[in-house]
Amino acid sequence: MAMAPPRKGENYELRQQLNSEYRDKRADAIKRVIANHTIGKDCSGLFPDVVKNMQTDDLEQKKLVYLYLMNYAKTQPELVILAVNTFVKDTADPNPLVRALAIRTMSILRAEKILDYLASPLSRCLKDDNPYVRKTAALCVAKVFDLKPELCVEYGFVETLRDLIGDGNPMVVANAVAALADIYEASLNLPDTPPTSPGRSSPPPSSKPNPELFIIDPPTLTKLLVALNECSEWGRIAILNTLARYKALDEKESEHICERVMPQFQHVNAAVVLGAVKVIMIHMKAVTREDLIKSLTRKMAPPLVTLISSPPEVQWVALRNINLLLQKRPDILANEMRVFFCKYNDPPYVKVEKLDIMVRLASEKNVDTLLGELKEYASEVDVDFVRKAVRAVGQVAIKIDEAAERCVGVLMELIETRVSYVVQEAVIVIKDIFRKYPHSYEGIIPTLCANLEELDEPEAKASLIWIIGEYAEKIENADELLGTFLESFKEESYPVQLQTLTAIVKLFLKKPDESQTIVQKVLQAATKDCDSADVRDRAYIYWRLLSSDPAAAKSVVLAVRPPISLPQTTVAPAILEELLAEVSSLASVYHKPAATFIGKGRLGAEEMQRRALEPEEENAREKALQTVVAGQQAENLLDFDADDEPQPSSAGGSQSLSMLGNGGISSSTISNVAKSTNPLDELMDLFSTASMTTPAAQPVAPKSTVSGIQGLQDDRQDTNTTHDAFAGLTGLGSPPQGLGNGNGVTSPAQSQGQAQQRGGAQDDLLGLF
Amino acid sequence: MDSVADLSGNLTVAILDVKGKSLIQRSYRDDVPPSYIERFLPLVLEMEEENVQVTPCFSDEGINYMHIRHNNLYLLALSKRNSNAAEVIFFLHRLCSVLTEYFKELEEESIRDNFVIIYELLDEMMDFGFPQTTESKILQEYITQESHKLEVQARPPMAVTNAVSWRSEGIRYRKNEVFLDVVESINLLVNASGNVIRSEILGAVKMKCYLTGMPELRLGLNDKVMFEATGRGARGKSFEMEDVKFHQCVRLSRFENDRTISFIPPDGEFELMSYRLSTPVKPLVYVEASVENHRGSRVEYMVKVRGQFKRKSTANNVEIFVPVPDDADSPKFRTSVGSVVYAPEKSAFVWKIKQLGGGRDYMMRAHFGLPSVRNDEIDKRAPISVNFEIPYFTVSGIQVRYLKIVEKSGYQMPWVRYIARNGDDYVLRTISDAKSSSIIAPL
Repeated sequence: MAMAPPRKGENYELRQQLNSEYRDKRADAIKRVIANHTIGKDCSGLFPDVVKNMQTDDLEQKKLVYLYLMNYAKTQPELVILAVNTFVKDTADPNPLVRALAIRTMSILRAEKILDYLASPLSRCLKDDNPYVRKTAALCVAKVFDLKPELCVEYGFVETLRDLIGDGNPMVVANAVAALADIYEASLNLPDTPPTSPGRSSPPPSSKPNPELFIIDPPTLTKLLVALNECSEWGRIAILNTLARYKALDEKESEHICERVMPQFQHVNAAVVLGAVKVIMIHMKAVTREDLIKSLTRKMAPPLVTLISSPPEVQWVALRNINLLLQKRPDILANEMRVFFCKYNDPPYVKVEKLDIMVRLASEKNVDTLLGELKEYASEVDVDFVRKAVRAVGQVAIKIDEAAERCVGVLMELIETRVSYVVQEAVIVIKDIFRKYPHSYEGIIPTLCANLEELDEPEAKASLIWIIGEYAEKIENADELLGTFLESFKEESYPVQLQTLTAIVKLFLKKPDESQTIVQKVLQAATKDCDSADVRDRAYIYWRLLSSDPAAAKSVVLAVRPPISLPQTTVAPAILEELLAEVSSLASVYHKPAATFIGKGRLGAEEMQRRALEPEEENAREKALQTVVAGQQAENLLDFDADDEPQPSSAGGSQSLSMLGNGGISSSTISNVAKSTNPLDELMDLFSTASMTTPAAQPVAPKSTVSGIQGLQDDRQDTNTTHDAFAGLTGLGSPPQGLGNGNGVTSPAQSQGQAQQRGGAQDDLLGLF
Repeated sequence: MDSVADLSGNLTVAILDVKGKSLIQRSYRDDVPPSYIERFLPLVLEMEEENVQVTPCFSDEGINYMHIRHNNLYLLALSKRNSNAAEVIFFLHRLCSVLTEYFKELEEESIRDNFVIIYELLDEMMDFGFPQTTESKILQEYITQESHKLEVQARPPMAVTNAVSWRSEGIRYRKNEVFLDVVESINLLVNASGNVIRSEILGAVKMKCYLTGMPELRLGLNDKVMFEATGRGARGKSFEMEDVKFHQCVRLSRFENDRTISFIPPDGEFELMSYRLSTPVKPLVYVEASVENHRGSRVEYMVKVRGQFKRKSTANNVEIFVPVPDDADSPKFRTSVGSVVYAPEKSAFVWKIKQLGGGRDYMMRAHFGLPSVRNDEIDKRAPISVNFEIPYFTVSGIQVRYLKIVEKSGYQMPWVRYIARNGDDYVLRTISDAKSSSIIAPL
């Protein structure tokens, strides 16, 4: 029993008008219905009354009724049938606009009943005389496939679509290509139907179209390449996407594709340019002719540079992609650093991206100009940008040995400004420079120490403390300076506490006579008054080391660290390849594989993990090999672990995993270890300034789960938030354990259990102490 | 069925007001619940609060938000799949310019007043998430402000599906005319010591075409690459384009082969091509300022401008923006030429000179009061920026050699105008502190 509609209110009034005998009134009422819909009011109650107005000669009114149907068909599935007759009639209207409109709307209504009536009008429209109708119908096939794939298979729509690639009208070709690509993608996700004799005897309704339909053969390729030059800009994008998917038969064909696609660099549409870049990056892999590769990369540069004059949002998309391209081919824009100089009015997101690219392009040749620019940025008002500019100075110092001194000079100038956040950032950066060039710039230490009071951020404090500890023997009043931090020990954040602890122990090892009391105090404070298990653990280790074997303590705590370097890439090589094959897509903009951000729930996560593991297993193997080589060097350091670990001086990666297992860590942790053996992580740990700020979703690694890492990380506690999403995905949830195997716990977090046996890595690991 | 729905992505386009409320929206695939659109601005605010950079694309709970800003509006696209970000963002810009051409101003009010036509446009410009026709001239042929009755005008949208999608057939003019404008915008950055550290020329060849039928045109430039290829290097000056972009009407493959610019033009006004050169350019209009800042009482400026181009040329409508502290007050100006106004909304004063002759230089002085209590903020060090136009002049040396209409012979040279002007980033950091022995004489 249907509820009687209320007899008053706006809807009642509208209903009256929709049924009015005057055409104007009805037209007006429809507009009002749509206006109400636009502002979010529910108009589903008027369905039958609106549908009555479908049959009209007024095209605008027809469009509005169709629009209404699109929005409300789902809510009134049983009433949609009322519209079918008019729809079918309209698909045969003499006006091509009406035919196209009808077929377009009909195919998008999510109503089973309509779909049954759609088949014959659609096959008619696909062969329509008018290209406008054909191009519209071509997309309709993709829409129908989305709703009811078996219908497309049954009526052979996909085959028709394929025929349309040869259509005389480029718009039709473009839409046919786009629709085919869409269907292809969707069909990958369809469950396989039980195998039937392919195509011949009509099988039980299969929803999966014959995969052969999507194979691009050489004749099709020729058609596509021809259409590419004639299409509208958007059609070109669709064609370029398909070309990117095409597997060339041989090198010759790859060359051919590259040459034919290259002119698209001259297109105004940024998406066409990036699409062309994508196709060329993909097919260039098969090209071996040096001169062609050279000419391709040479021609790629100017259009990329021109993208930097686009509106900021387009610029940003371009910059993110350029950043990726440079990771693969740093030479493309080697001479173009200046175009990435930040404009005063650039939005912050553009500036940050440009900064990153500038550092990538920095070389001995252009470093002076760059430093001048960075200094200029450091005086701007946007704090975040200023910090990044300062950080960039440090990155340049680490990247280019010859320029390090000039960079230090710039940093000293910046410290003189006495702007608090500039000073703090500069201190952080200088710590990295000390790590890269130990004992080179000790002269600046007094200036740094003079700014002690200015520092209020944990990271800056921790950095300065690290520097003091490291050069304790050269700083006369090191004990005094560290003493001030010890006084406020309890109030400090954990990273600062850890650094204070380590620095004082270093001081003690270097100048044992003067610092006996202070080391006692810090060990007391750290073991008694501290809430952090990490701090306590580390203090206990030191304590035991110092009391049992001072010589060992020295070799552990004062070990030489391996130099740090600027990573070439911010994503793992395999992922970089994957992303480069998707240039201009969201994945390439986020610098994350699609599976990480498109919501497929658990399935997606598993898929992602699987992919993440594949390439990195290889890395693990490689690492294991290195481990064997590096084994001997590490021997003396292994003494340190003697009481709770076997001596795997020639152990491979797998062995060390099981070793960790003995340490009482769940198997899931182990898989994490395996996963994070990615060399990238290592670099990130060492040098977090180089890490990217991921643009969108924050990586999932919560700080609390990485407490283990903190202990070992040189000095930055926030590094892990910038970890690759993979490493961050599953927390490294090993709880801090007792003193006995404290080291065992922290090492997996440091991302290489194996690395312990590797000379260099071990130094790194222990050198923090 | 369900699984298909889950996996298929969707694309929704919406225009939001400054408060994040949707003014109009159109979903091209499936329904994204409106709540996702409404969620956009809160997400942005949240990011801002947490000091996370808000970027044009970001993802949240499996939904990708791609947006651009226009005045007080957000143009937003939502998708669930790994969409082509460049395409979507570029499309939004295109949508923005189409709507601007339709309504002059794209703003809240014009959207509310024209929702019917916007729906129609959204319908024609994109289908199932794939952009279709985005040329506003073509759209205007069959989507007009006046509603049209079918019996009166059964209009097949011919241009949409012509092989030439940008021009309709059957255009007639009594007087066939073509106008060409060559506009070069100069972007440069001068550092504090007066050296140019970055410069580029962004050139554009704009056409106004009033021609009958489907004319086939060929444009000849003094293109260096072509001159060299055809061995004509010796004669006349040539110029080298570093990167060229063409309107979609130009046959790109033809250009790639033999550098011929051949095309069937759209009707009316359009930009045929744009090019970029990063050759060093000296600042055509050079400005420097020295500042004497007496904190807590006053600040004084002396600004010098010089036209660094040929004597016979003139720069028109020169506007020099010199930044001043936000809290400067009671301006006093003195100048030998032009006029000066204070533009507190830009934290700058503007020196306007109608005509600046080549080789000439002028000076002006400005005096501002400063509040005695100052917040301790560091000064923003915005650069000086300059607007100007120099007619009959190009920096690159580009020349239009001919414009041929291929079928019809004997067509005369088109009207060609050349103009050099500032780009949107013509800035000089040449503001120096005057030394204590003041070079600036008191007003």
